[in-house]
Amino acid sequence: MNGKTANVGIVIVSHSPLVARGIADMVRQMVGDSVPLAWSGGNAHGELGTDAGGILKAIEAAWSDAGVAVFVDLGGAETNSEMAIEMLGLPRATLVSICNAPLVEGAVIAAAEASGGASLAKVVATAEELSP
Amino acid sequence: MAVQAEPVLVAGLIEVCRATIAENSDHLCALDRAIGDGDHGTNMRRGCEAVSAEGENLSSLPFPDAMEKIGLTLVMNVGGAAGPLYGTLLMEIGRELRRSDEKADFSQVLKQAIDAVARRGRAHAGDKTLLDVLYPVHAALASRSPLGAIARRAERSANRTADMKAMRGRAAYLGDRSIGHVDPGASSCALLTTAICRYLGEHRPQ
Repeated sequence: MNGKTANVGIVIVSHSPLVARGIADMVRQMVGDSVPLAWSGGNAHGELGTDAGGILKAIEAAWSDAGVAVFVDLGGAETNSEMAIEMLGLPRATLVSICNAPLVEGAVIAAAEASGGASLAKVVATAEELSP
Repeated sequence: MAVQAEPVLVAGLIEVCRATIAENSDHLCALDRAIGDGDHGTNMRRGCEAVSAEGENLSSLPFPDAMEKIGLTLVMNVGGAAGPLYGTLLMEIGRELRRSDEKADFSQVLKQAIDAVARRGRAHAGDKTLLDVLYPVHAALASRSPLGAIARRAERSANRTADMKAMRGRAAYLGDRSIGHVDPGASSCALLTTAICRYLGEHRPQ
């Protein structure tokens, strides 16, 4: 990502590389290049699973000083994302939030919010409004 | 139980853990197919092989550093929720050993590490997870049970997860349908505990 934007970054994490890439592609087509965006899907071998190292790289790739919002699918994605955020170290770890929101809708609405320059707290809150 | 930083001990423990998981990989996958996504054995096997590949390097490190590095290797290679959970356990054991003085009891170190696993997974005792083996193992260790008794306690505790309803992890999606199946994470934890106890019994001077 270009790193020039002051907008909040978005990271998509799924057990499936196809799902993660597909959602990232959808977000990109909907909001353009205005938000830093990256995905991590599957384990380190490209099979179903999640990979803390890969998620860490995705967070680095979508890094913004305004913060990064992470969207996850099933349980292990969340646990591995938490691990990745911890590995990112302080102070950056405090600027990354895992959103409790549906993966597709959450990522799209968060990216739309982020593209308007909203703060991380606002981006996360908007996405989390979608949760039942 | 004081922990000695013996390179041979670390190398031996890595090997028995790898061998145990390799032998039981299919069984762990079968347990996971019943209430999860069927890859716990494969994931654990990949993690243990990655640790084993680093074995020589790991066993030359001071014991706390070796524990932390093994934990990180599991996090990076397991590829499922078990990676961060087992990884947190070992990384915290390493950190706690470094923080505590030489006289610290290993059971205290283990307790801190198990609490860190519980926080990581936001799980409690009775949720049908590996914690349902780790807590009883800690209790047995704290009451200075012999190694054989610790291993038997771990096995019994894993079997007991069959009666529990899963509250965390993939199995939690099944609700009541998770009852009647042994938790794969609890099972791998009991297998590893048994292997470690057996190895220590055979190789550690009493």
